[in-house]
Amino acid sequence: MTEQSIHLRIRRQDRPDSTPYWQEFVISGRADHNIVSLLMALRENPVTISGQRVDPVVWEHNCMEEVCGACAMLINGVPRPSCSALVAELDQPIRLEPLPKFPVVRDLLVDRTRIDQGLKQVKAWIKIDGVWDTHEGAPRIGPSEWAANYLYSRCMSCGCCMAACPQFGAHSAFLGPAPLAQARLMNAHPTGRYDKTERLHAIMAEGGLSDCGNAQNCVRVCPKEIPLTTAIGELGRQTTVQLLKDIFGPR
Amino acid sequence: MSKPNVIVIGGGLGGLWATLRIADAGFPVTLFSLFEVKRSHSVCAQGGINAVLDTKGQHDSIGQHIIDTIKGGEYLANQPPVKAMCEDAPGLIRTFERMGVTFSRTPEGLLDQRLFGGVKNKRTCFAGASTGQQLLYGVDQQVRRFESEGKVVKHEWWEFLSLLLDADGICRGIVAMDLKSLEVRAFAADAVVVASGGMGQLYAPKSTTSTNSTGAAASRCYRQGAWMANAEFFQFHPTAMMGHDKNRLMSEAARGEGGRIWVPKTPGDRRPPKTIPEAERFYFLEEFFPAYGNTVARDEAARAIWTVTRQMGLGIGGDGGDRVYLDLTHLDAAFIGARLGAILEIYRKFAGVDPMTEPMEIFPAAHYGMGGLWVDFERSADGGIQPDSPRNHATNIPGLYACGECDYAYHGANRLGANSLLSASYSGRVAGESVVSYLKGLGSDRRALAPAIPQAEIARQQAINADLMRAEGSDTPYRIQKELGALMTAKVGVVRSNPELESALGELAVLRERLRNARLGESSTWSNQSLAFARQLGDMIELAAVVTKGALARDECRGAHYKPAFHIPIPEGRFAGDPEFEAYRDRWHANNAQWLKTTIAEHTDDGPRLSYQEVDLSVYPPTEPRDYR
Repeated sequence: MTEQSIHLRIRRQDRPDSTPYWQEFVISGRADHNIVSLLMALRENPVTISGQRVDPVVWEHNCMEEVCGACAMLINGVPRPSCSALVAELDQPIRLEPLPKFPVVRDLLVDRTRIDQGLKQVKAWIKIDGVWDTHEGAPRIGPSEWAANYLYSRCMSCGCCMAACPQFGAHSAFLGPAPLAQARLMNAHPTGRYDKTERLHAIMAEGGLSDCGNAQNCVRVCPKEIPLTTAIGELGRQTTVQLLKDIFGPR
Repeated sequence: MSKPNVIVIGGGLGGLWATLRIADAGFPVTLFSLFEVKRSHSVCAQGGINAVLDTKGQHDSIGQHIIDTIKGGEYLANQPPVKAMCEDAPGLIRTFERMGVTFSRTPEGLLDQRLFGGVKNKRTCFAGASTGQQLLYGVDQQVRRFESEGKVVKHEWWEFLSLLLDADGICRGIVAMDLKSLEVRAFAADAVVVASGGMGQLYAPKSTTSTNSTGAAASRCYRQGAWMANAEFFQFHPTAMMGHDKNRLMSEAARGEGGRIWVPKTPGDRRPPKTIPEAERFYFLEEFFPAYGNTVARDEAARAIWTVTRQMGLGIGGDGGDRVYLDLTHLDAAFIGARLGAILEIYRKFAGVDPMTEPMEIFPAAHYGMGGLWVDFERSADGGIQPDSPRNHATNIPGLYACGECDYAYHGANRLGANSLLSASYSGRVAGESVVSYLKGLGSDRRALAPAIPQAEIARQQAINADLMRAEGSDTPYRIQKELGALMTAKVGVVRSNPELESALGELAVLRERLRNARLGESSTWSNQSLAFARQLGDMIELAAVVTKGALARDECRGAHYKPAFHIPIPEGRFAGDPEFEAYRDRWHANNAQWLKTTIAEHTDDGPRLSYQEVDLSVYPPTEPRDYR
């Protein structure tokens, strides 16, 4: 395959508390490069456009097929997994920045602990008696209900939806779309329903559902096309019902 | 005295199952992972997980699952663990289902099952084509629940560097490095479980594995005395899509659901595939293996592709093409979309072509190590493994356990599709139970680890880091890793020969020397990824030597290990009872007498020392050669 020169602008940061700066690189690469493979090529010989040898760029990658969620970053201003960002489809110079809203560790590597915290806050799990066989499966789930649930179970915690959300960030306690969608998924499960009230109370508290400003950025950037705003809408109805229950009691 | 505690290294399916089982028994677990655990390579498993539910009117049986697994691995796996795993598979599925895993459903709302390779019955549970992701998330959620209850502590972004062994050689903890601050610290534990996954990156980039599947953690255990077993058996998955950076897996489920493999009958036929008439297509798997067709076992399918492309010259994709078509275009788009959506999406995104309208172009890629850390088992009276025996999944280092792809236990010489999610989950569960028994058996009078041991080990590891950071040679570890992958692919791949394996061993020694003088290119003391990479690369080269030396010593063909010079062909068109076939069976028996044995590799300063162990054949003795015709 023919080689072409690829122009990159990368926002770098040496430490969490240091000042970011930009560096430019031109490297020769194939048209079928994606951003992860391009950064791999660059780390072999990291020399800037002005001939300065610099430290290899730090970023996170693992599966390279858009299922692990590790490699998300801001590419030409859009949050997305970098492994599926094909160079041929990007305007140059290609601008790479760390995923916004999350603390930078170094260069393009960020700390997404807040997603994990959010999942804990909304109790995104099914309470089971233990990891042993009870000689019984879970209740049946019809194919159409399965199809709706499966969309949410493909969330890989990449954080793109949170990065794009104007309400989420260091300035706010908002959980963000990804953990909310998992609350919707767990509430739909036949036994997950048993803890629905607890989950709804968690998202009715500070930083919960009412912080969503309905900008709809999340659903536009989700690489797995998860209907995040639909989940948020469904949760809105569930919390309304819950609020009435809380006020009037269960009869 | 405080409660015994456990360290688990690795947060894929195996590690998380072990964590859950140990924490459930009331012992605190500290979980170490290079990254957030839900990014582990288990998410890349696509097609499904095997368990006999017999819901498809095919009279499927657990006995048949056992036989298919044993024969698929050409009898090299110890049989009691295989038996126990197949028997427990339905219970594991039920447990996953209770966790909320989104398994695909039948119209009645029950678990659906599909066909996979090397079997004749629909036995594979699945969640679309992202089964591994769904199973991992199921256990990840349970671990998070335990974490919120204070039963589990996660150390994500930490790298395991070495074991802490006491004066009696018992494992008493680990030394690990914080991948952000590069702090090297010792962690004491009463037992350690290594669940670090596979070593597919030895073949990078022609591998389907994630970039963190280096095998480095297993290699570090090996270098401290843990045995490696059957490392020469490495699976090449027949259907991966091309890519200069990675070969992306196209699940065997594509064939299980009706996909067909073919090439044009005329060499160099450049017509668009859809315009080539049926009569001019060579559906070679269906012709070579009429009984199993496109879902023949992976080793056979990968070699058939090699034969058709390299020997018959029928490959597609440019001059000397090495690809073949995987064709789904004749199937119902809505059905395939619901069952295989995730892989269709991968192909569309990375190849820019829709597999529903154009056949996919695929070829074999390094996929899964059958071999790995040697682990023990205790045979039970019924021929399976003794529940709760502390011997199950114990390595030869007391207190060190292994589970998941980094162990060698279940797949013999070749793994059947959809048995890996099963073995990862099952072995994690068993290892967890085994560790609990081990902890309960520890005397209360155990002496604490002498402080000098962790101190010395920390100093040794810091010195390794300092040496690497100081080196100013001309090579970079990144370039050396590329050469390692190219070497392994070319000389320790699908088809092997002794002269090439000999030369590979020599070249590995050169790579090892070159790495010693490589320059990291950075001396940052914060999140220095080059340092971690260079350390892992050194461990990968050691592991590559184990694979290569085992392959060189084994003069036979068995499963994924194929040396044509020692091939005993099945007589064409002859079956059991025919004198020619019976003569073949005699030769097969004679070969088994010499080679049906487990390779054990022990680390020495002069390279791996090989010895052999008998295989436990007590469940299904080898009287029938594997035959997929």
